[in-house]
Amino acid sequence: MTLNQQRKFKTLIIGFFSWLVACLLFFPIFWMFITSFKTELQAISIPPTLFFEPTLDNFSIVQERSDYLKHAMNSVVTSFGATIIALIIGVPAAYSMAFSPTKRTKDILLWMLSTKMLPAVGVLVPIYILFRDNGLLDSRIGLVIIFTLMNLPIIIWMLFSYFKDLPKEILEAARMDGATPWDEMMKVVLPLSIGGISSTGLLSIVLCWNEAFWSLNLTASEAAPLTAMIASYSSPEGLFWAKLSAASTLACAPIVIFGWFCQKQLVQGLTFGAVK
Amino acid sequence: MKRSITRLLMAPSVILLLVWMIVPLSMTIYFSTIRYNLLYPGQNNFVGLMNFEFFMTDPGFLPAIFNTLTLLLSVLIITVVLGVALSALIDKPFFGRSIVRVLLISPFFIMPTVNALIWKNMMMNPVYGVFAWISQTLGFEPIDWLSDFPLGSVIMMVSWQWLPFAILVFVTALQSQDTEQKEAAAMDGATSWDIFRYLTIPHLARPIAVVVMIETIFLLAIFAEIFVSTGGGPGYDSTNLAYLIYNQALLQYDVGVASAGGLFAVILANIVAFFLIRAVGKNLTV
Repeated sequence: MTLNQQRKFKTLIIGFFSWLVACLLFFPIFWMFITSFKTELQAISIPPTLFFEPTLDNFSIVQERSDYLKHAMNSVVTSFGATIIALIIGVPAAYSMAFSPTKRTKDILLWMLSTKMLPAVGVLVPIYILFRDNGLLDSRIGLVIIFTLMNLPIIIWMLFSYFKDLPKEILEAARMDGATPWDEMMKVVLPLSIGGISSTGLLSIVLCWNEAFWSLNLTASEAAPLTAMIASYSSPEGLFWAKLSAASTLACAPIVIFGWFCQKQLVQGLTFGAVK
Repeated sequence: MKRSITRLLMAPSVILLLVWMIVPLSMTIYFSTIRYNLLYPGQNNFVGLMNFEFFMTDPGFLPAIFNTLTLLLSVLIITVVLGVALSALIDKPFFGRSIVRVLLISPFFIMPTVNALIWKNMMMNPVYGVFAWISQTLGFEPIDWLSDFPLGSVIMMVSWQWLPFAILVFVTALQSQDTEQKEAAAMDGATSWDIFRYLTIPHLARPIAVVVMIETIFLLAIFAEIFVSTGGGPGYDSTNLAYLIYNQALLQYDVGVASAGGLFAVILANIVAFFLIRAVGKNLTV
């Protein structure tokens, strides 16, 4: 074999293994999707059926039984709402820490991250009681508050590392031209960091959408997002796999498709300042 | 920027996080020292350290700590090792790489409750599951994953969810690796393994630190997967600290003991964080 052939052969092998692993890892999702179009009997048949006449019955049953659209709306409102609020609070903080750091900046950042280390169970009871006494249980506002605070440290950290990697020369040039701090932030830094801000927002939306601990414990029916709706399918319906799959597919489809479209963006921003 | 503006910009975040930390934490500390059972209202007298004693002598206490740490370490090792390997594998272009990347990162977008339900039912069910069918086809006795390897099953589910996150971060990091350096090394006769070992791995030190840090935050608090799949059992075999406290608070209505347990979780998290920051902290750009 010539060197060129050898290289082609290697690429082929690498491609083969990559596809193999990717298909293995993706299989559970694929299987969930396929099962949601089966009848209950087909869903548990051994050997598993791959070719069958698809039915949409499961989806209509799920919508009828648990009002999918209401829960989906809850998920959308809470995850987007919390992300937007957290960005509004977090961007200025990250900005000021990145561009005028003091001796204590490092300590403040680590402290912020350490609040994230506080396990949610450690404060579940007090939060539950505070929510109960203030009428926040099973409300969208309550979940938005929790999600905002929950993601704020990670959002600040991601933004901080992104801002810090911006070329300082541009800022200096803007300052030389007489830009005020406000101009600097609105006209120079923010346009430059749209990529970083949007990937931070994307990650935060994904984390909120999939958050299960607080939504399981703080909501019941009215404000329950999709994570909580799915949990209601866990025990009594455990063996109705087709319906379970349909509900799961409906719960995950929006965020998975959203993730697919944004994955390039997400990949670019997920450096956490880890890349020099 | 003026000092005062800086402070003003940071104030909302700092104040909110301070309140978020101090209010619930001090309430937890207070609850942990009184008798507080929702089934017996009005009998909230001070009991000192009794709740702690009660929580520590719970038969689930030691297993829960052991399970929490086992879960953390196993998932960290699995996701970092496989994450580095897979992101190195898909680093060079090949046919359909962008589709492969989309497939690889998809599990990260699946919510924990769905994750647990898919694995529990469709994959691991000993009669109708895909795994059972595979082992039958190969002529083995099907394994009842959730009863025989409860913690292992949870580790599998959680790793499946977090491996894509590691891949995402490592793929990003590899994009910034100096290709000229690699080519120069190859010219000088370095094998692919040498390049991987002496150029790629050191380049990934920081991203690995980041992945370990973020995953630890989430892994210490794993709850939904256990709640939906094994329910902590059989016995206490897959109960972690989070689940034990949940059990105490919401199923036995004992807020006092649950709060004592919550403080244990906080202390454990702090111990882990201490070692973590010492181990990987210097690799973080802060």
